[in-house]
Amino acid sequence: MTFPGVKALENVDFTLKKGEIRALMGENGAGKSTLIKCLTGVNKFEAGEIHLEGFDHPIVNKDTMDAQKKGISTVYQEVNLCPNLSVAENLYIGREPLTKLGTVNRKVMNRQAAALMKQLELDIDVTRNLEEYSLALQQMIAIARAVDMDCKVLILDEPTSSLDDREVEKLFTMMRSLKEKGVGIIFVTHFLEQVYAVCDGITVLRNGQLVGEYEIADLPRVKLVAAMMGKDFDDLASIKPESTGDKRKEPMVIEARGISHAGTIKPFDLDIHKGEVIGLTGLLGSGRSELARAIYGADRAQTGTLKVKGKEVKIKNPIDAMQLGMGLLPDDRKAEGIIGDLSVRENIILAMQAKQGIMKKIPMAKQCEIADKYIDLLQIKCASRETLIKQLSGGNQQKVILARWLATNPDFLILDEPTRGIDIGTKTEIQKLVLQLADEGKSLIFISSEIEEMLRTCNRMAVLRDGQKVGEIDERDMNQMNVMKAIAGGDK
Amino acid sequence: MKKKKINSNNLLLLITIVLFFVMYAAGCAVYADKGFTRLQTFLNILINNAGLICVTAGMTCVMLTGGIDISVGSLIAMDCMILAVGIEQWGWSSPVLMFLILAIGIVFGIMQGFCIAYLDIQPFIVTMAGMFFARGMTAVICKEQVSIVSDKIFTMLSSFKISLPFGGYINKKGIMQYPYLRVTVVVALIVVLAIYLMLKYTRFGRSLYAVGGNQQSATLMGLDVKKTKMKAYILSSFLTSIGGICYCLNTMAGTTTQATGLEMDAISSAVIGGTLLTGGVGNVIGSLFGVLINGTISTLVKTNGKLISSWSNIVTAVLLCFFIVLQSVFALVKERKK
Amino acid sequence: MMSSIKKLTQKRLFLPIFSMILVMLINVVYDIAMGGAPLGFFMISIKNGVLYGRLIDILNRGSEIAILAIGMTLVVSASGGTDISVGSVMSLYAGVCCLILAGYGNVNVQQYAHPLLAGIGVGLLVTLICGIFNGFLVAYMNIQPMVATLILWSAGRAIGLLLCNSQIVYVRVPSFQKLGGYCSIIPTPIIVAAVCVAIAAVILHFTALGTYIQSVGINKRASRIAGFNSAKIILMCYAICGLCAGLAGMVATSRIYSADTNNIGLNMELDAILSVALGGNSLGGGKFSLAGSIIGAYTIQAITTTLYALGVSSAQAPVFKAIVVIIIVVIQAEPAKAFFKKLTKKSGKEAARA
Repeated sequence: MTFPGVKALENVDFTLKKGEIRALMGENGAGKSTLIKCLTGVNKFEAGEIHLEGFDHPIVNKDTMDAQKKGISTVYQEVNLCPNLSVAENLYIGREPLTKLGTVNRKVMNRQAAALMKQLELDIDVTRNLEEYSLALQQMIAIARAVDMDCKVLILDEPTSSLDDREVEKLFTMMRSLKEKGVGIIFVTHFLEQVYAVCDGITVLRNGQLVGEYEIADLPRVKLVAAMMGKDFDDLASIKPESTGDKRKEPMVIEARGISHAGTIKPFDLDIHKGEVIGLTGLLGSGRSELARAIYGADRAQTGTLKVKGKEVKIKNPIDAMQLGMGLLPDDRKAEGIIGDLSVRENIILAMQAKQGIMKKIPMAKQCEIADKYIDLLQIKCASRETLIKQLSGGNQQKVILARWLATNPDFLILDEPTRGIDIGTKTEIQKLVLQLADEGKSLIFISSEIEEMLRTCNRMAVLRDGQKVGEIDERDMNQMNVMKAIAGGDK
Repeated sequence: MKKKKINSNNLLLLITIVLFFVMYAAGCAVYADKGFTRLQTFLNILINNAGLICVTAGMTCVMLTGGIDISVGSLIAMDCMILAVGIEQWGWSSPVLMFLILAIGIVFGIMQGFCIAYLDIQPFIVTMAGMFFARGMTAVICKEQVSIVSDKIFTMLSSFKISLPFGGYINKKGIMQYPYLRVTVVVALIVVLAIYLMLKYTRFGRSLYAVGGNQQSATLMGLDVKKTKMKAYILSSFLTSIGGICYCLNTMAGTTTQATGLEMDAISSAVIGGTLLTGGVGNVIGSLFGVLINGTISTLVKTNGKLISSWSNIVTAVLLCFFIVLQSVFALVKERKK
Repeated sequence: MMSSIKKLTQKRLFLPIFSMILVMLINVVYDIAMGGAPLGFFMISIKNGVLYGRLIDILNRGSEIAILAIGMTLVVSASGGTDISVGSVMSLYAGVCCLILAGYGNVNVQQYAHPLLAGIGVGLLVTLICGIFNGFLVAYMNIQPMVATLILWSAGRAIGLLLCNSQIVYVRVPSFQKLGGYCSIIPTPIIVAAVCVAIAAVILHFTALGTYIQSVGINKRASRIAGFNSAKIILMCYAICGLCAGLAGMVATSRIYSADTNNIGLNMELDAILSVALGGNSLGGGKFSLAGSIIGAYTIQAITTTLYALGVSSAQAPVFKAIVVIIIVVIQAEPAKAFFKKLTKKSGKEAARA
């Protein structure tokens, strides 16, 4: 199907066998959610057909309720149930058993709900409110609702992101018992270990197209990572970066020890020297952004110590980090980057203004000067500096946010996916800019899913997997193969 | 493993009920000599607030969906004026007028509900317009005060006393005075019972809770959120019209300034009764107690005689503040537990 | 032709200016129909040594709404919510101020019990504290604005009444009356409102407050990453709104040189909210135009004055206000906008950009 200007999915085939647990994987923008939405009737697709067991003709789902009735149910990461209702009510809302008078038969409803819980081996009091139970149990109750509605296909969209190991095991047990009953499960996730623990097959999407449908046995980890990143495994010739000199001799700018943030990143250590460019690599969801955010204070670090230029500091809010000379270009520019209704000029000077404080307004003449400088430097295509940023293309919006941080003249800059959605020409410009900034003595963290550009710009790389920093790759060892292996982990 | 169901929502309701009994007991203790302990005092609270009880029941339903309806006071004023003018100037009989008022209530609710549910406009703004409209129309129908004297049925309904066969006292003349209720109280209590049953035992009632609890989830679970919301506002205006009839039976007149601020009494009663303004949590029994607390405060202030009536507004505002902050604290605790 | 009309309607100040012109047109038509001078609406003369005329009347009586609109604009812009307590806070100011000026227990005085500045100063301080109270609940306790301001909505007026013992307290001192009277030929309220608007404009121009407020209102998360402290900004806006309510109360009290706590500021919060909406500002927060709100405020007053001139009583006027409100918000509503978009076919390029 197509969104305006962009083909979100093109010619994707997807097969799910009865009683099979299949993982659906892909990096950002691969088209996973779009595919799910097409299957469940949220989006209408233009070409292709859906064939479902029990139906002679290809099916068309009008909306989620329609899909549910046909047997396709989805359980989302944010548990779409009502916390203020009881477990039994959540299971039966919209289809409660009625008495002869037409009122809700609470006794029968509770009885049926209790039976369902027993069937799925969950020890839950169905009369208590949903919010009294942990997120893991809430998810299982959501699955129970889907199962009770006779689902043939159960889609689990990133169900394990907020669960601990014990809860993940419970979920897998339930998935396996559903598999026994013949339910086909689509498991959308980015956790490699979990995929290899419970799935029978993997389907990989990339940039809206099907990369391949594999059986677990045929796809070792490294090959999976290669498929997701669009590399041919045999093509991983060593692309060695140019040596940029040993920066370890320079003074330390950032010294992080044991920094962590509950639920997103486990405790990590990281050293960054002056003039260094550190790459954070790993699959999406491995904790790259979270690590950077924990340092910057966007998510307040809950443990550990941070030293900036040798002095121990406590960063409670982004402004603290900014006053220390830091900056963060977030990966989700729509939610955390652009101030949509403000102009290009206002967006560019925003962080600079925040640093100066409310009383010292940057004079209009200077604002225009700065805006023009960066529009020129980064070749931002806009009708004028007063154009509203929301009217620019994604790539140009990204450039404006980059300009915002460059304008604050930071000593340490975190760039989270800075080249995503930008044309090739500008990508190269940004990479050159990164190297230039490093030459000027600035330190950078560069987060990207594209290994080549990191190899070209970084001195060192830190590898993350499943919410944890698992290792570092030195300059000498930096090549595509090693990086892939480090990301994939486990056995080859 | 059946543990007792004490969660934060039940706790709020419990606090409200206990608060009522404490206040009333305090009143009995302090003002026993002024006749506070008589059963009639309690019954008077019910009589004077019968209309408010009906309105608050409707307000509870709307607040459950996460919305609000500030047009209720003005709607009551308009209803009273229609009744008064209808009886005195148009010569219509009261049953016909009562039917007309209920119909107007439904139409009013449909219009407000449509704008809020289908046009996605903020409830405060839409019902504010409704409030302006109704208040203005009251004056358009008639600018002066009109007292109702000409309708036998209406007058009879208003003055009819349902005597209770117990709890009487002997007055100064030596005659046994039994406490009494009015017809409006019976109506109000029936409304409360009906709404309680509706909320607990019908699919519509449960869907109100679902929509307020998490609108997105409700949609994904297949509920027609828009229809549910619109029905809530229709119900609110309908119950307000019933309340308007009760109110008019009490005041026996139509004026342009009647029931000013009644909407805030209803909202504060509902909040004190444990209904969350964010939606999804609420109990019409709690709202009833909220009205009783409001009524007790006014009675206490009046019985005292030395305090001016604004004191009851102040105490209510303080209680309101207390409950709003309490609700917010409970919400923060819940967030942290996650 | 169509595209230039569309360009015009998309200008920030289109709605308020269009509404104002519309109201003036209605007046002109009415004057002609009544057989009077066609431009009688615009006539300004000097009677009894002061400026006189319908325009002057609108500017005079609209002062309170204009002052309230300043604070309300900031609150709506930063938090996407409304402060419904401003009318009651005006009444509270009246109670505090006249209590101090008249002395405790007096209802009719010819001279001050305490200095004029003390009365006004304490009154404004109290209203500022009310604003801070509201701001704290909204910014730090995450309570919805309408809910948080509900408390002072009910308490403000009640406390004001209490302070004056339910009586109307008259302060018949010439210097007090002057604030509501005339400064040479110009009614003082106009000057007070003009000064307030000027101060607000200066602050917005010379500090980054406007940028801060808009940024927080449009995208709280992005603002935080860029270094703003959203909570502090929201608190500041509510505090300013409280102060504006006090200043409006000052004008209203001086006008009648008494504290009629029952009626002062009654329903004025609704006029203030309407001004902001009529000024072209979104009630969901974000970008704002102070000029728009001020024009909106005087337009609301013009509507009220026009209605009275047309013979509509003050009790019946709300009906028309209701119609105006509904028209504005329905036009601004997303589903309605989508409906109109479908009617006027758009080019494919614009659809792709959306």
